[in-house]
Amino acid sequence: MRGGRRVDLVHAKWTQLKSKHHSHIPVAPVGYAGAFTEDVLVVAIQQNERQMPLEQQPAILVRGLVKRYDTVEAVKGIDLTVRSGEIFGFLGPNGAGKSTTISVLCTLLRPTEGSAEVAGYDVDRHPALVRQRIGLIFQDPSLDDQLTARENLWFHAMAYGVPHEERGPRINAALKMVDLDDRAGSPVKTFSGGMKRRLEIARGILHSPEVLFLDEPTIGLDPQTRARVWDHLRGIHARSPITIFMTTHYMEEAEWCDRIAIIDHGRIVAEGTPADLKSQVGGDVVVVSTDDDDRAIAEVWESFQIEAAKGTGEIRIEVPDGAEFVPRLLREMTVPVRTVTVRRPSLDDVFLKLTGRAIRDEEADPKAMMRRFARTWRGGR
Amino acid sequence: MTSTTVGGKLREEDAAVLVQPASHPRVAWYQAVYIIWYRDLVRYTRDRPRLLASFAQPLLYLAIFGVGLSSSLGGSFSKGAAGGAGVSLSYIQFMYPGVVSMSVLFIAVFSAMSVVWDREFGFLREILVAPVGRGWVALGKALGGATQAMIQGAVMLVLAPFVGVKLTALSVIEVIPLLFVLAFGLTTLGVALATRLQTMQGFQVVMNFILMPMFFLSGALFPLSRLPVWMSVLTRFDPVAYGVAPIRSVILEGSGVPGPVVNRLAALTIGGWQLPSILDVGILSLFGLAMLVVAMRSFSRRA
Repeated sequence: MRGGRRVDLVHAKWTQLKSKHHSHIPVAPVGYAGAFTEDVLVVAIQQNERQMPLEQQPAILVRGLVKRYDTVEAVKGIDLTVRSGEIFGFLGPNGAGKSTTISVLCTLLRPTEGSAEVAGYDVDRHPALVRQRIGLIFQDPSLDDQLTARENLWFHAMAYGVPHEERGPRINAALKMVDLDDRAGSPVKTFSGGMKRRLEIARGILHSPEVLFLDEPTIGLDPQTRARVWDHLRGIHARSPITIFMTTHYMEEAEWCDRIAIIDHGRIVAEGTPADLKSQVGGDVVVVSTDDDDRAIAEVWESFQIEAAKGTGEIRIEVPDGAEFVPRLLREMTVPVRTVTVRRPSLDDVFLKLTGRAIRDEEADPKAMMRRFARTWRGGR
Repeated sequence: MTSTTVGGKLREEDAAVLVQPASHPRVAWYQAVYIIWYRDLVRYTRDRPRLLASFAQPLLYLAIFGVGLSSSLGGSFSKGAAGGAGVSLSYIQFMYPGVVSMSVLFIAVFSAMSVVWDREFGFLREILVAPVGRGWVALGKALGGATQAMIQGAVMLVLAPFVGVKLTALSVIEVIPLLFVLAFGLTTLGVALATRLQTMQGFQVVMNFILMPMFFLSGALFPLSRLPVWMSVLTRFDPVAYGVAPIRSVILEGSGVPGPVVNRLAALTIGGWQLPSILDVGILSLFGLAMLVVAMRSFSRRA
């Protein structure tokens, strides 16, 4: 294989692992004799990594990541740490930098500045080693419609170098896991949108990746199908040491994640557990619709010194105790009030509070149009 | 309820195969090439409507264009272009090897251009994040498209008796590798072009400004001798011309047309010198390899 840099590579890796984890790592693999080859050393590193307690080694480590296209800066210096074994949600409106970040982490794009490590390897220096350890479920469909479900998985197994004797058992298990074993021989073009999504999930886990990336896994699916896709994902996560990193702009899906980060205009604006983030928004959210929202906001400020956020056809007020606040509000307001709702804060409210606006709709560039077209195809039967 | 399933119908005891960490053997380059090539062929045999459509176009050319021109030119084609001397060669017989080449040209370029769609919304996108060298993906695609186009061209040979062309076993054996060389040159060109295109809209541009001119200037429909200078120069820059010439030579010679007539009708000339078929094949192969390098390089580039 490639020449002289192997030893450097391994030495650098070793030093890096040592300094990062302060744990004892042997200088050379046990039983090592003869010349260093990249393969031998990589295997040795893997063994050492496996011995390390999981929580010590982050699955994804991003430091100061910047991605610039010509003039546009899509990602403006982000830091992320995703722990091994967690479900991490990456939230933000379209165009916020989610897909760019995920593309860098999956080695599809190169970072302009900063570094990113996935499953212990730098994405820029060792893309091949990263690729072996990750699975990716794309925002857009990427199955071959002419092939059957089983054939799609077979090609995937081949591309990931799954040994011949493991291919059959793995394909069968993956198909069963997503309840598609009875349709294994049907061409994918006869599948519904939800079935295709499930097949893509089966494919994503077929080679037992350490980190599974999902880019908008449930976009364009109806609520029941989305719930079912989530059931499968949680089933997989519960039984294997897999780390799941997913982007979404469905706020309610983010509630299923262990931790989430919110990105807007290429910057991380919040990071934490869903509960942490929701606690940033007062106690309750009071949603009021009135005849004149602007005047209502002004009146709320005059009477309570609380800044209300303007939504579409409604205003949102954060208060510690909603039930106690509503009677006082109604006493003070001179603007006719049509409806009042009190609810617990959702991540939507967090997003609105942090960015000053609700999640945007997608723009109409040529690629988005192609994407919508493809999605319609996927959705239909 | 017994909690013995991991997800769906997968039972706990069977899940081990998925939960156990996979070993990470390297995927050899020839395996990557094989996967892409094989998948292309499987698709080709499954897609019945496309299979049918790919016959329709050359048939239309032969049945309408060929028959129409043959009867309106009458004997004047063999007297004029073929140079008389007791040779009876109808226009449709002349055109037939050109139409075989045409079907190779279109299948090769179309199959390569499918990369544009496949890369965003297809299987190729999947393969591009797999731990396989991307350059080899381009090679697999080129070989897959070339194989399809070669098969297509070979199937077109069954039409020979209907247009009065006799094929011998030898000429068939000679023609098939020629079809492959032509197909390979054009598929690699197609893949190289496809890597530059962002959307399918660019496809129309390729079609009108590259594919059709390449077809018309290739000598598929008319002899390339006695053309105005500007056109004559253009034809010599058309890679398809270097495929049509040897294919036509082999087919017409096999059909019993005398050598000098075949040369006058088929061979490319540069400054009055007739290029031997072997040189045509060499030029076309070099073109294919150059395009392959371009395609492999632009495939492996990451933004």
